[in-house]
Order: sequence, then C-alpha cells, then structure tokens
Amino acid sequence: MTTQTKTMIRFENIHQEFVVGKTSFTAVEDVSLNIADGEFVTVVGPSGCGKSTLLNAAAGLLQPTSGQVVVDETPVDGPSPRTGVIFQQYALFPWLTVRKNVEFGLELQKKPAAERRRIVDHYLDLVGLSRFADALPKELSGGMKQRCAIARAYAVNPEILLMDEPFGALDALTRVHMQEQLLETWGRERRTVLFVTHDVDEAVYLASRVIVMAARPGRIYKAIDVNLPYPRDNNLRLTREYADLRAQVWDAVYNQPGRSDNN
Amino acid sequence: MGRTSLQLISVLSVVCGIGLWALASVTGAVVVPGPRAVLDKAVELVSTGVLPSDLGASLARVLTGFVLGTILAIPVGFLMGWYPLIRAAAEPYVQFFRTVPPLAIIPLAIVIMGIDETPKIFVIFLASFLSCVVATFQGVVTVDKTLINAARVLGASSFVVFRRVVVPASSPFILVGMRIGLGASWATVVAAELIAAQSGLGFRMQQAQLYYDLPTIFVQLICIGTLGLIMDRALLLVEARLTRWQERR
Repeated sequence: MTTQTKTMIRFENIHQEFVVGKTSFTAVEDVSLNIADGEFVTVVGPSGCGKSTLLNAAAGLLQPTSGQVVVDETPVDGPSPRTGVIFQQYALFPWLTVRKNVEFGLELQKKPAAERRRIVDHYLDLVGLSRFADALPKELSGGMKQRCAIARAYAVNPEILLMDEPFGALDALTRVHMQEQLLETWGRERRTVLFVTHDVDEAVYLASRVIVMAARPGRIYKAIDVNLPYPRDNNLRLTREYADLRAQVWDAVYNQPGRSDNN
Repeated sequence: MGRTSLQLISVLSVVCGIGLWALASVTGAVVVPGPRAVLDKAVELVSTGVLPSDLGASLARVLTGFVLGTILAIPVGFLMGWYPLIRAAAEPYVQFFRTVPPLAIIPLAIVIMGIDETPKIFVIFLASFLSCVVATFQGVVTVDKTLINAARVLGASSFVVFRRVVVPASSPFILVGMRIGLGASWATVVAAELIAAQSGLGFRMQQAQLYYDLPTIFVQLICIGTLGLIMDRALLLVEARLTRWQERR
C-alpha cells in the first residue's frame, strides 16, 4: 500500500449499543479504521464481534450509536448506489429474471434502455451468466445466484463493494471457485472492497489486509497485511508465505487473550 | 403412477359416485331423486330460463361484492402493513369483524339498508374484504427485510421500495386472500339468498323446499358446487401465472 492513495472509507470511533429486552450491550466499541481507495480488506472474527455492524454502518443501513463512517470525504447518512452491498442470502428479487435483477439499479438511475442493455450484457458476461439472462432466480444454483448479485452490485458502478459473508451459504468447492472468480472480476474492475467473513482461508486469500476482530465488546484486535501480489490463483494456497499468513490470522482469531468463554 | 392414470381414477370415481346415487334412489334406500330426474329438472329449468336468471342474479351479487371488497382491501392492507399507526387503529375492527360470521350481519344490514340488493352485496363485500385485508397485511409485514435493503442500496426511495418490492413480494399473499375471499363470498351469497331474496340460487332452493321439490334443490346444489369450483380454479390459474417466480416447497 502506498501512502499517497486516498482514503475511501473511514470509520471514525464507531460505537454501537444494542438493546435486547431490558439489557443493552455493546456490539462495537470505538472502532476506527481507514480503507484506501482500491484496497481489498477482509474482516474476520468470532460471531458477535460486530463485523456485520461495521458493514451495515458503512452501507448506511444502520446509524451507529456514536461515531460516523465517512466515504470519500462524505459522512454516510443512508444507503447510496455509490456503495454496493452483497448479502449472504443473495437478496435477488425472485420475481425478476437475472437480467431484470441486474438492470434494477440502472432503471432507478433512469439510464436509457440501450445503455442499460449494454451495461447488463457486460456484467452478465463478466460473471459468466450470459446464458441465464432470462432465467428466474429460483432456477439458479447458489453460486449462480451470488454471481448474479455481484453483477447487480457492479452494474450501478459503485466505488465501494461491501460484502457480508457472501459465500457463507455455499459449499466448500463452490466457495473456492467463487473466491477465484471474485478476485478475477475485481482485478479487471477494481473497487474498494470490504469483505466480512468467518473463514480464515477466505480472509487471507482475498485480502490485501485482514482485520481480525474480537468479541464482547466488538473491537479491532489486529490488522495483518497480506503482502502477496495480485493476481492470485489457487496455487497460492499451497505456498509457504500463504501458510504463514494463514497461521498468523488463525492464531489471532482463535487465540485471543481475555476472550470470554461463554461463546 | 402417471398423471393421466391418476386423472382417470378421478373420473372413474365420479362415475361410480353417480352410479351409487342412481342405485340408492332406484332401490329407495334413501328418499332422493335419481340422476335422471335431476337432469330432466335441470333441462326444464334451463329451457324456461329460470336457472340462467338465478345464476345471473347470484353471480352478479358475488362479483359486485367481491370486486368492491378486494379493491378496498388491497390498499387498506398495504397501509396497515406499511404504517404501524394505521395498523394499530384498524386492527381491532378487522379482528373483531373477522370473528363475526358475515351472515350474522344480515339482520342488521336488512334493517338498515332495506330488502333490496344492498344488504346482500354488503355482506359479501364484508366477507371478501376481511379475508383479503388480513392476507394483504400479512404479506406486507412478512416481506424479506433483506430484499428491502437490497433495493435501498441500489438507490430506491421508500416509494420505489413499496412499488417494486413490497407489492410484488406480497402478491402471493393477496392472491391467497382473494381465493379465500371468493370462497367466503360464494358461501355467503347462497346463505343470504336463503334468508332474504326474490331471486338467485339460494332463493330457488328455499322455494323448492316449500314445495318439496327435491330435484330442483339438487340442481341448485350441483350448480353452486360446480360454479364455486370453477371460480376457485380460475383464481388458482391466475395465481399460478402471477407467482410463477415463487419457489414451490
């Protein structure tokens, strides 16, 4: 990472309290984090560490109790097409075809039909779904659904992609395949990515920086730079450097000091 | 077993049923008119124009009440699902009237609205309105929050979220509500005509009862059943078309 690149996402002292019944608990305690333009950051940590809270705050779907998220020097105060989100449950509109799903955001931007068509074709091709343009989501496999969701997020040309355990519902083989595809897509059209996962392998393989969080209260425990060059391919997983980094992250996730044992 | 052979069994079953019915009436085991007598009566009622006009009268009531009830129920259901305030205000009434059988409203409706078409259409309106409003409202509150968020992050305003996510997502619920409403309307119209009417299938049955005219009662019953079935199937077909996108469990 060069120091000259501008900061794309800035978490400033994010603090989040949730009230469950009559007790309130701290989901995120004073988290600050800068993500540079074009960086691929993964956030990994035990459940309840507030990683999804951070993502939702960046997406504008949640207003933190205190602190703020600043995207490209503008404080986030609601969802914006500049920030694309990819959900674990795909969240495709089941009544729309693949093409119509990808087109959804473009229609909202009132783009002319010919241009919409061109953009949709481009992104369906990018994620390899051209042949399924007229299929309904229910006809797609899990991996295809998620590729459609990625195309939909890319289509509105967001500067940032927020991904909330996007491959969490997929089987292990499909997941590895999707990780490769995501990196390939990202390599061709680079965005700033914040990727939340609970999978250490995934976190290391994708990221240029892994943020390890701790739970109760949710906070950043460690940031680990992944100095492995892009483009990456599956052979990387077999290298010594990768194994070392993976061991580092694993240790940070699973051997956190002072972790409460009721998890 | 194949689809066609299963259908064949259904047809055979109906034929056997009619056979048993014929047997029962011929042997005198039960005092009922046979299929032949009922068919003759049906031909007579059709040729004199009595049956078509009764059918027309009943259908007109059902469709008027049903269409009015549904047209009002859908926006009310949406409002109740979307605005907690409206829901809180409307829910006690909806829940209360839902527990009152529509027929129980008839005496009141007749006193207030007179004995012409209005009270009958009103109770049918009420029956279809109540089942459809509850279904629509259920549909709106169960819309997947992730879909709403997905639309919002793509730049959708509240209005767009409503029109392009909430409306399509709740359409299967609305259609189920309409089916239940139509069934309830049909049941209500016949009963209402039994109580107070000068035309319609229910009225004709009530007349036939006075004259011990069993074949006419049978003709009416078969008409009521067949028509109810046809209407239900028609809506089912519409439902299957409009909600083809749904994952079937």
